[in-house]
Amino acid sequence: MNARNTHSATRGAQGAATEQGHAWETVIGLEIHAQLATRSKIFSGAPTAYGAAPNTQACLVDLGYPGVLPVLNAEAVRMAVRFGLAIGARIARQSVFARKNYFYPDLPKGYQISQYELPIVAGGTLDIVLEDGSRKRIGVTRAHLEEDAGKSLHEGLAGLTGIDLNRAGTPLLEIVSEPEMRSAKEAVAYMKKVHTLVRYLEICDGNMQEGSFRCDANVSVRPAGSDKLGTRTEIKNVNSFRYVEKAIQYEVARQIEVIDSGGRVIQETRLYDPDRGETRSMRSKEEANDYRYFPDPDLLPLELDAAYVESVRAELPELPDAKAARFSAQYGLSDYDAGVLTASRELADYYEAVTRGVPGQPKLAANWVMGEFAAALHKEGLEINAGKLTAERLAGLLTRIADETISGKIAKEVFEAMWASGENADAVIASKGLQQITDTGAIEGAIEEVMAQYPAQLAEFRAGKDKLFGFFVGQAMKATRGKANPAQLNALLKKKLPG
Amino acid sequence: MALTRAQVEGIAHLARLELDPAEVPQYEQSLSRIVDFIGELERASTTGVAPMAHPLAGLVQRLRADEITEQDDHARYQRNAPEVVSGLYLVPKVIE
Repeated sequence: MNARNTHSATRGAQGAATEQGHAWETVIGLEIHAQLATRSKIFSGAPTAYGAAPNTQACLVDLGYPGVLPVLNAEAVRMAVRFGLAIGARIARQSVFARKNYFYPDLPKGYQISQYELPIVAGGTLDIVLEDGSRKRIGVTRAHLEEDAGKSLHEGLAGLTGIDLNRAGTPLLEIVSEPEMRSAKEAVAYMKKVHTLVRYLEICDGNMQEGSFRCDANVSVRPAGSDKLGTRTEIKNVNSFRYVEKAIQYEVARQIEVIDSGGRVIQETRLYDPDRGETRSMRSKEEANDYRYFPDPDLLPLELDAAYVESVRAELPELPDAKAARFSAQYGLSDYDAGVLTASRELADYYEAVTRGVPGQPKLAANWVMGEFAAALHKEGLEINAGKLTAERLAGLLTRIADETISGKIAKEVFEAMWASGENADAVIASKGLQQITDTGAIEGAIEEVMAQYPAQLAEFRAGKDKLFGFFVGQAMKATRGKANPAQLNALLKKKLPG
Repeated sequence: MALTRAQVEGIAHLARLELDPAEVPQYEQSLSRIVDFIGELERASTTGVAPMAHPLAGLVQRLRADEITEQDDHARYQRNAPEVVSGLYLVPKVIE
C-alpha cells in the first residue's frame, strides 16, 4: 500500500514536470564481450574455431567433468594486456580469477570463471568523434578475462532445448565502460571504436554475426540537469551496431513513457527483438541476481611483471587515432577522410599502397578508395583482402587520371571494366579506345561539327543567351564520346562560340 | 547470527535444492551455527594483513601455450548424457 502511495506522488510530480516540457537526459554504459582470437580455449586445449559440428570442440575441462583443472592460456593473457595498453589503462600486477555462480544448462560447471575484484585491466579511456566532429573521451572502467558459455538451441526439438558446448570456454574480454554516453549514437560510436581497436590489435576477429563481438547496454534516463542516476535496465546480447542504436532508442522512449505515465522503471534485464523493433523483459532472470563470486580455488593469482608488460607494449601496432592523425598530417586529408580510411587496418594499408603507386595524389587516392572502390566492395559484399582489385591496379588507373590520359568521368567506366575483367587500366583504356582527346585540332573539329548542327542555338547564344554554353559543352563532349579533355574543351568553346 | 526462514529458502533456491518445508527450521539452526562459527574470524585482528585469493602463498598461476591438445571425443563423453540428438545434449526447455 505504501509503495503505491509513493507511486502516485511520483506520478504527480513527473506529470507536472512533463507538462512544463521536461527534458530528459539519457545515460548509457556498455559492456562489450570480445571473443579473443586464440586457437585454443582459455582454460583447455580444445579448439575455438567457429561453425564445427555440435560438441566436437568441447573437451572434459569445457564440459565441467569432475577432477579436471583449468590451465590459463598465455595468449589470452597477452591479448588482454595488448588491449589494456592500447587504451592507456593500468595492467594489474596481480589479478584473480573468480567463480560467478548461476545455473543455466549452457554452463556445465554451474559457474563461469571470470574476474571480479581484481581484473587484469582497469581505468583506460577511448576517444569517440561525435556527429558535429567534436571529440568526447569515454572512460573504460575495466576489462577482464572470462570464459564464454555454450549455446542453447530451441528449433525443432519438440519442446526440449539442445545444448552445444563448443563455445564453452572460449576466451572473452569483457570491456566495461563508464556510464558516460548520452545518446544511442554516442553508444554506437564507442562500440565502433572498440570494434576497430580490437581488430587493429588482432585480438578479436570482430565478426558480429558469429557473435565474436557483442554488447550489453545499461540504459537509464533522468531529468536534464540532475546528477542522480535513474533506474537502469540492461539490454542483453545485441550483436549489430544498428540494433544497438535501435534498442537504446526504443528503451529510452519506453522508460520516458513509463515515467511520464506515472510508473517507475524496474531494474531488469531486457532482450531486443529486432523483428518487432522493441525490447522486452527477460522473465527468467527477473529474480535478483546473486552470483556469490569467490576466488576460484582451481586457479592461482595471475602475476605479470613490468618486463612482460613492456614486451607486450613494444609489439603494439600503430593504433587507429595515431594513424588517423598521421594520415591528416602526411597526406593532407580532412579529419573525416582520415577517420574513414583508418577505420580498419586493411583499408588503411590498402590506401597507403595506392598512394605509393600514384605519388603526389593522396587526395585523389582517398576519393577513389572511399568512393568507387568502397562502393564496389560493398555492392558485392566483399572484403578488402578478397583481392578483387589490387592497390597497384587502382593506382595504375589513378595515374592515368593524374597524367590526363583519361578524365575522371571516363575513369569510372574504366574502373567498372577493371572490376569486371581484372584487366589493368592501360589495357582497358587501349581496348575501349577511351584515351582522352587532348589534340586541339580534334576537339576544334568536334566543336565545329556541333556548331553546324545547331545553328538556331548558336544564334541564340550569340544574341546573349549565355545559359546555352552548357548545352554546347554537353553536345561537344557527346561528339567526342566523352573523351575530350574538359578543360581544353571549355577553353576552345569560349574562343569559338562567340564567333 | 540467526538466519531467517526466508534467507534459508533463498539459499536453497540459489543452490537449486528442494527443501521439505518441515526441514527448514532445522536448516535455520544448523546454518546459523555455521555462520556463527565463521563469524569468530571477525574477532581476529587482521590489521596489516592483505586478503589472500589463495592459501598457496608465493605460488602464481602457470600459463599454457595456445595450442590445441584436445581431439574430438564427443561420442564417448556423451555416453553419460541422458539424451542426445544430432550431437546436442537435450535438456528441459529453457526459454528467455
